[in-house]
Amino acid sequence: MLSRIAESLFWIGRYVERADDTARLLDVHVQILLEDPWAEEDLACRSLLSVMDRAAPPERLPVGREHVLDMLAYDRFAPSSIAGSLVSARENARRAREIISTELWECLNTTWNQLPSHMRPARPHDYFTWVRERAAIVAGIMDSATSRDDTYSFMMLGRSIERADMTARLLATRALAGSAGPGWTTLLRSCGAHEAFLRTYRGTASDERAAGFLLLDRLFPRSIVFALNQAEASLAALEPVVDRATVDDARRHIGHVRTNLEYRPLREVLDALPREMEKVQRACSAASDAIRGRYFPSAAETNWVGEAL
Amino acid sequence: MADLFDDYPAGQAWDEMLDPRTGPRSAYRRVHAALADLTAGELQARADTLARSYLTQGVTFDFAGEERPFPLDVVPRVIGSDDWDRVAPGVAQRVKALEAFLADVYGQQRAVADGVIPRSVIVSSTHFHRAARGIQPPNGVRVHVSGIDLVRDSLGGWRVLEDNVRVPSGVSYVLSNRRAMTQTFPELFAALRIRPVSDYPRRLLAALTAAAPAGVDDPTVVVLTPGVFNSAYFEHSLLARTMGVELVEGRDLFCAGGRVWMRTTQGRRRVDVIYRRVDDEYLDPVAFRSDSLLGSPGLMTCARNGSVTIANAVGNGVADDKLVYTYVPDMIRYYLGEEPILANVDTWRLEDEGALEEVLDRLHELVVKPVDGSGGKGLVVGPRATKPELDALRRRLQDDPRGWIAQPVIQLSTIPTLIDDRLRPRHTDRRPFAVNDGDDVWVLPGGLTRVALPEGQLVVNSSQGGGSKDTWVLGGDPAWRGAARSVDRPQSVPVDSAVPIEGNPNDLRAQVMQQQQQQREA
Repeated sequence: MLSRIAESLFWIGRYVERADDTARLLDVHVQILLEDPWAEEDLACRSLLSVMDRAAPPERLPVGREHVLDMLAYDRFAPSSIAGSLVSARENARRAREIISTELWECLNTTWNQLPSHMRPARPHDYFTWVRERAAIVAGIMDSATSRDDTYSFMMLGRSIERADMTARLLATRALAGSAGPGWTTLLRSCGAHEAFLRTYRGTASDERAAGFLLLDRLFPRSIVFALNQAEASLAALEPVVDRATVDDARRHIGHVRTNLEYRPLREVLDALPREMEKVQRACSAASDAIRGRYFPSAAETNWVGEAL
Repeated sequence: MADLFDDYPAGQAWDEMLDPRTGPRSAYRRVHAALADLTAGELQARADTLARSYLTQGVTFDFAGEERPFPLDVVPRVIGSDDWDRVAPGVAQRVKALEAFLADVYGQQRAVADGVIPRSVIVSSTHFHRAARGIQPPNGVRVHVSGIDLVRDSLGGWRVLEDNVRVPSGVSYVLSNRRAMTQTFPELFAALRIRPVSDYPRRLLAALTAAAPAGVDDPTVVVLTPGVFNSAYFEHSLLARTMGVELVEGRDLFCAGGRVWMRTTQGRRRVDVIYRRVDDEYLDPVAFRSDSLLGSPGLMTCARNGSVTIANAVGNGVADDKLVYTYVPDMIRYYLGEEPILANVDTWRLEDEGALEEVLDRLHELVVKPVDGSGGKGLVVGPRATKPELDALRRRLQDDPRGWIAQPVIQLSTIPTLIDDRLRPRHTDRRPFAVNDGDDVWVLPGGLTRVALPEGQLVVNSSQGGGSKDTWVLGGDPAWRGAARSVDRPQSVPVDSAVPIEGNPNDLRAQVMQQQQQQREA
């Protein structure tokens, strides 16, 4: 497969997952700001922006829901906004049009076509629901109509790395905003994990268990450890280990951060949650770079300079 | 522009939102202003969103055998902070008194000996079950969940219409109404401080866990439902889902070796607490109706030997009896030594001397109710009944004076409700829910507001085609939050140290794009 195509596939996986996760994250955030009369809107919004790598306005200007939604939901040009991710996902699909199935292309293209009509600021919840549904359709098509070859592996790799990264950011919002941020229940709900969690621990479970569930659960597909395991599996599918003594860089970054979470007392991780989550994000970023170096080498851009001899 | 409140008729009844002389009441000021700003079309659009959201979620009620979306009106019920702070203790007080009464009825019957309540009233109640006598609930709680129906009379005072301590239903609508309303009226939620209701499932589970038999460390709680065809199945599944416990039917349970078990893929698993939504009569074919397919044979034996807790307890219906209701104020004085905070509706006991004659005389102006009914079944509103109906009723009262009570017609308060494309006054009541965990009675802020949709209709039950409204209790201090904040300092990341969110570098190569565009194919 062409490197350029593989890279597009990898990024389709990432962008769609990013749109999905950002929609979930914003949905609970907006809901909590509405339902909880004591929420501190300014603080919660600032911490959300900082976690999502967006500049917040200066201290004296209050930041509200609308501002956050404009930046993270409706901005069509930033890669960290929902609309931006969906636009980019479609662009990447267009580049890899000959490899991906028509169903998948049409799904992404329809999403892009319908995007303007769903971006209605009056009812963000409907928009988020729509984004989640589109992402689920993409995942379903990938799952049911893609051969389990490299095409599939690259898309899954992108998806699982993005998922680990976004879940880490989500957990960081909790740690950063303190009591102004969403509660653990809210976070679980945003990952669609609340009901699974309740069934596992039956309702009365503590905050620590909720955190543990999103960090470490081996059976729930949105937990960080699950996503990292899946990324490793995709890497292994791309290239079975041949060397007896070393592993490639991407796998090393991912495996290192996963074991770091998995084989330490939960309490220790929770005490330094923001730092640990930053480590996860950095590892995802480093793994992404390593994957690019290994699979998508691009020719160095040559600048030809006209020169008179 | 036509205001939605144009021609809003001032009736005789107390209107929740509008004072006929001074305009909107203080709690409603903002809601009224926001509604007055909307056109009929806009309001209708929001109402459609609510209905659609309910169909998607499957929030339905079984009406005459058909599954319909539970009608949720767009206009919320608002309750001021100080108003609520008077009502909630009144509800808690009533629950405590009923709790003491039930313990007494199925125990020593001191109140009978002391002449507070005649023995005949208790033993003649259809829901007094001798099978429940001597069953001691582990933490002394029989009324784990209750719903106390309140109405506002024409002077604006709250009165208790009836008590529901058997299987009060409707709390799922409180939870789902709130969810749908926050998505439909985000701006109002942002402007008002509305007390949240989402704590209910956690409180309920805590109360059920606290009621587990002694010596069980990690009790298994289940919700027992009659099945998917029950009118309140949505509620049963919602409660089980939000508490994270198993939703079982009678056939999933069996009793063996003095314990209750459920059948699972991993073999049998012990059950410690059953939050049952099945009526007493169907719970155990051994003790009650032998043709019941909804219960599990042997449950009562297990409850009696203390290996399982049934919540709410069997036999609570005696406290729901409308004749017993008339004694509740006396119970509050007798058991708690307090004056009742919430008054009853004046009621004639037909067995009192002269009462039957007076009631028969004035039948056309009274409301007559069967003592053991629920859901508005069998109730006759005198002024709206025809002569043959009244004659038939008269004979029934004479035959069975114990079976009926009579009350003056109460003009239930009205509230603006969207009917066609206008806001019109409709009669309403309210059911706050209380959860008793043995230490304390917690009252869910607000409760379920039901509204009768046909004009002038005074019966609001959903089984009679009633609708509901979201109920907003304003204000209150987040005491627990303030304490938490000092230790839980918010931190923030400087923006430049945040881990960047990247994109595909190929997306950014504008130059390549331009050149590709320039290559026109001939």
